[in-house]
Amino acid sequence: MHIPDGFIDIPTSAAFGTLALAGTAIALKKAKTEVDDRTAPMAGLTAVFIFAVQMLNFPVAAGTSGHLLGGALAMVLVGPYAASLAITVVLGVQALLFADGGLTALGLNVFNLSVIAVLVSFLVFKLMVKLLPKIKSAIPLAAGIAAFVSVPISASAFTLQYAIGGNGTAPVETVFIAMFSTHLLIGIGEAVITMLTVSAILASRSDLVYGWSRKEVALEIRS
Amino acid sequence: MNQNKSNLKKFYLLFFIAALSLAGGLSFYASSSPDGLEKVAEDEGFLESAEDSALSNSPLADYGLAGLDSERLSVGIAGVIGVVVTAIIALALFTLIKKRS
Repeated sequence: MHIPDGFIDIPTSAAFGTLALAGTAIALKKAKTEVDDRTAPMAGLTAVFIFAVQMLNFPVAAGTSGHLLGGALAMVLVGPYAASLAITVVLGVQALLFADGGLTALGLNVFNLSVIAVLVSFLVFKLMVKLLPKIKSAIPLAAGIAAFVSVPISASAFTLQYAIGGNGTAPVETVFIAMFSTHLLIGIGEAVITMLTVSAILASRSDLVYGWSRKEVALEIRS
Repeated sequence: MNQNKSNLKKFYLLFFIAALSLAGGLSFYASSSPDGLEKVAEDEGFLESAEDSALSNSPLADYGLAGLDSERLSVGIAGVIGVVVTAIIALALFTLIKKRS
């Protein structure tokens, strides 16, 4: 879901770029509380893993594919602020090295994927942890539900940008319905990949999974 | 404690190798259909509003190494380069953040 240049006009891209910059500045400030000697490599490697998995487009419907966004996965593994930074690094590498996602659209993409997807994932995960039994095996499920919800919401953030400054002529309602329904399907893939990855890491090094080892922090500090 | 530390290193190494294998090997088998946004843009008639990125002539544009005929090799090498570059930038960033705390 990387927006190319041209879909959204420049003033709108600049406005969301400013919001993305503000979000990144906050994340840079607060990520210290999530990253220490032991987990700094985990945060870096989470970015690497998400870059890799984003290359693996899976088919979702006739002639349509989707790929991991990674907001929920990164959030559960390393915490929301470090997750946001990790995804921003991925988006930067993709735009600058692989021409995947536009340059003037970079702020739009950072807003949708590093800010909105991570924020929504954080809120849904927090809610799920509260509702589900307080056992380790509930964590992948909570992560999967957060992942599932985060994708159509991020897609709707695009629709918002399209409504404000889209260069296309299709009506906003039509774009909203098409984006939301397509990304509901992609959300299933996002949930499966997120659940499998979180399960695997929980099984081998649960101490490195922010959403499990520091769930008290996740639940209390920001509520 | 030492045991734990070497386990940690082993875990991080495995995590990195997993990413490297996915980007360098499995990526060849990824679906080449347009992704959700691109498909919607096509169906709703605003795909033409897309402009080429200023970097669309980059030698690695669209996850392929320019001038390489083998698609498998081309996407594989692009994937490995992406993994290594992301690793350098992200690990440096989080090491800096850690040091400031």
